[in-house]
Amino acid sequence: MTISRSTRRLLAAVTGLVLVVLYAPLALVVVNSFNTSQALTWPPSGFTTQWWQRAAVNPGAHDAILTSLTVAACATVMALVLGTLLGLAMQRYSFFGKDTVNLLVVLPIALPGIVTGIALSNAFSSILGVRLGFFTLVVAHATFCIVTVFNNVQARLRRMGGNLEEASADLGAGMWTTFRLVTLPQLRSALLAGGLLAFALSFDEIIVTTFAAGPGVTTLPVWILTNLFRPGQAPIVNVVAVVMIVVSVAPIWLAQRLSSDPTDTTRAIH
Amino acid sequence: MRTIPTRSATSRTLGGAIAALSLITLSACGSDSGDSSTGAVEKLGKNEGEVSILAWPGYVEDGSTDPEVDWVSSFEKETGCQVTAKVYGTSDEAFNLAKSGEYDVVAASGDLTLRMIAAGEAAEVNTDLIPNYEGIYDFLKDREWNTVDGKNYGIPHGYGANLLMYNTEDVSPAPTSWKAVFEDAPEHKGKVTAYDSPIYIADAAVYLMAHQPDLGIENPYSLDEKQLAAAVDLLKAQRASVGEYWSDYTKTQASFETGDTVVGTTWQVIANLIDPKKASVEAILPSEGATGWNDTWMISSKAKSPNCAYAWLDHISDPEVNAQATEYFGEAPNSDKACEFASEGHCETFHAGDEKYAEKIWFWNTPIEKCLDGRTDVKCTDYQDWTKAWAEIKG
Amino acid sequence: MTLSSISSTLSRRPGIRLGLLLAAPLTWLVLVYVVALAALLVTAFWTIDSFTNELERTFTLDNIREITGEALYRTVTLRTLGVALLVTLIDCAIALPVGFYMAKIASRRSRHLLVIAFLMPLWASYLVKALAWRSLLSHGGLLDWAGGLVGLGSPGFGFTAIVLTQAYIWLPYVILPVYAAYERVPDSLLDAAGDLGARPALTFRTVVLPLVVPGLVAGSIFSFSLTMGDYITVNIVGGANQMLGNLVYINSGSNLPLAAAIALIPIVVIMIYLALVRRTGALENL
Repeated sequence: MTISRSTRRLLAAVTGLVLVVLYAPLALVVVNSFNTSQALTWPPSGFTTQWWQRAAVNPGAHDAILTSLTVAACATVMALVLGTLLGLAMQRYSFFGKDTVNLLVVLPIALPGIVTGIALSNAFSSILGVRLGFFTLVVAHATFCIVTVFNNVQARLRRMGGNLEEASADLGAGMWTTFRLVTLPQLRSALLAGGLLAFALSFDEIIVTTFAAGPGVTTLPVWILTNLFRPGQAPIVNVVAVVMIVVSVAPIWLAQRLSSDPTDTTRAIH
Repeated sequence: MRTIPTRSATSRTLGGAIAALSLITLSACGSDSGDSSTGAVEKLGKNEGEVSILAWPGYVEDGSTDPEVDWVSSFEKETGCQVTAKVYGTSDEAFNLAKSGEYDVVAASGDLTLRMIAAGEAAEVNTDLIPNYEGIYDFLKDREWNTVDGKNYGIPHGYGANLLMYNTEDVSPAPTSWKAVFEDAPEHKGKVTAYDSPIYIADAAVYLMAHQPDLGIENPYSLDEKQLAAAVDLLKAQRASVGEYWSDYTKTQASFETGDTVVGTTWQVIANLIDPKKASVEAILPSEGATGWNDTWMISSKAKSPNCAYAWLDHISDPEVNAQATEYFGEAPNSDKACEFASEGHCETFHAGDEKYAEKIWFWNTPIEKCLDGRTDVKCTDYQDWTKAWAEIKG
Repeated sequence: MTLSSISSTLSRRPGIRLGLLLAAPLTWLVLVYVVALAALLVTAFWTIDSFTNELERTFTLDNIREITGEALYRTVTLRTLGVALLVTLIDCAIALPVGFYMAKIASRRSRHLLVIAFLMPLWASYLVKALAWRSLLSHGGLLDWAGGLVGLGSPGFGFTAIVLTQAYIWLPYVILPVYAAYERVPDSLLDAAGDLGARPALTFRTVVLPLVVPGLVAGSIFSFSLTMGDYITVNIVGGANQMLGNLVYINSGSNLPLAAAIALIPIVVIMIYLALVRRTGALENL
């Protein structure tokens, strides 16, 4: 298909425009983090670095980031294990009820967060009698993160086919050996991509978190939300957001480098 | 360090159980049996070493938001009770969390306290065990949102009124009545704001009390079906002019500064925060009076650390601590002594201790079926009805 | 039994192998999620004692009657559906050309950069993005100022603001699977169509689009269902509006049965949506 020059230009312009729209609000966040006004109003009232200074010594923000990182890491690990097992089962076998299982994995992310949130908190506290806390939060997050790993693993397995595994088995390797030496290495970048998205999803989740986190578990989004209810904290929230955007470049860049196939990182989104 | 008399754990649990039981009976019968025996503990025991607190943001600050803002560390040092705090965004959320039984202390607004008591979630509080209780303003003590049938269920914290704020350039002549957000609201269509909670229905009731006396509203939190319907109609009419409802500081502060909002309900602290260079605003207590809040520190009937809970109630009522906490949140403290510790002008701005002013405030209370104004011939609408009505008003 | 003998037993018994693979994830999903969801749905048929806030476990259809009977729920459902559909349409309309440009026109190097550029905003907090839009949309805000140059103003807070903000927040979630779908369309296929004389527009419509649809639908599941359940953005930029999420939220504290009944609405809508799109194979493309 030959695409005319003007079409190419038009598409480039559209893409450029979308990027501008995508980044303009983020730029505003950066500007506001230096704005003397506490209420995030335009135009900025003046320039100040005091929010950056205050954020730098704000233990609440630091703890919240740490909590979010820990929760996201734990949820990601669980999602990686469960998602991989499920991916292997679904792609390598056919069985009765497969469609239902597929739907089941998708549901926790497809249903509104508030539904998942009140369902889980209701189940934890009324049915199971578990104290809400760090653990319940990780369980809740892992539940909706499974799908990202699962989809990446499944897509990779589909493309890989079963030939190598069969060859390995023919050569006498046991199941575990085959998995460790043949399947896993090929899954590496898919796992990375799926894990990265699981991590990002968990890190930014607020609605389920509100319902599933117990006392003393303040993740970053929860910290941000509660700080809007405290006087004069909004600009510090902006600083933290800017830092998070900048810091996020590293894992994304790393994922791009580590994955041989660029589509894998985009799959990371799903 | 304060010495606290010891008391065996069994009798404490028993006391708590009795308190809870008597409450359940009480709420079931809906009337006072005139029983003089108290369910509250009579002596305190050894501090348990930890206490978990459920509160509005800004009520339990340990320096992690701002190193300057810290009244938890001193408490932990003095009492050995380690504090874990959880903040909530709405009274409903707090109620759900409190029911889990995981919190020893709950800072509850008036739209929550009676529900806590009715559900048997709040323990009776023996105010004699809280030395700082004495200094608290009398007009906050033994009020219907913290005391039921003569029994105290908590300690009053700070208080404040839901004021009428307007942009002096856009709204003239200067309003003196809530009429500005009701009948006159269409003049500022799309630029009117109101507090986003079912309890805001009481603001409409306060207005109706003054302007439609034939409705017979005696207490804005005690509305029968007809009275509620009138308030709902008023609010539905207002809805057409409302630009947005607010529930957090930042949102309403910003919208007054940008001019998205020019008139509506506010808190004194928000009025103070608004940059005069961006918008010139005035906040007043209208002629009809206003609704307001006086939050209550309650102890859970399932508290695992009741001694530390008592210690916290005393700590937060300590004049110096109370001054710090209420000033940070932006409300009047609970005692004259606290005013000695508050910054210059704080108590004047917030009318602390001004009884005349406080008399004009209808402090938040929980609407329940049993009419709070003493009527027995009708059933009043309860908080659930108000929640449904509020959703309908917003549409 | 040694590890290797377990291993060899397993390789002879695919059924057991499958069982072992499925055991952990299925137990997790069923125990944690299905049970919780079922418990919530059952709650929709109970009531609550308004005084003590204790659940009364007696079967009643009152809540269901209320949400199907009251005009409020119809209005809010329609509004929520409207927002979700508009957001999805906008995001798809943007993703189609942008994804095509990224996958088929941009050079390999800029393709990498573009992918990173579309991934990065995902890491900025959702709340912060919503607040930034609040600032953009406000009276005298950046949008008012920029719009003023071409004779338009900011739409202010309200329905339009919700649509714009949500479309913004979920856009990367739609662009990336669409891009991935374009990537999977072999260039040789496009060339073949061209060689056979098909004009670019025809090739796009008859060859490319059908292959991209699964990616598009996968993205739409995100934009659609994330919008359906949102209540925080609505509070920030929605003016006086409320959506289904808000109704669930305000009732979740004082009346869980009613909240559960309201939650049935988005659940049913999304189930229907999933059932409709299932045939496109989108679920595997998420």
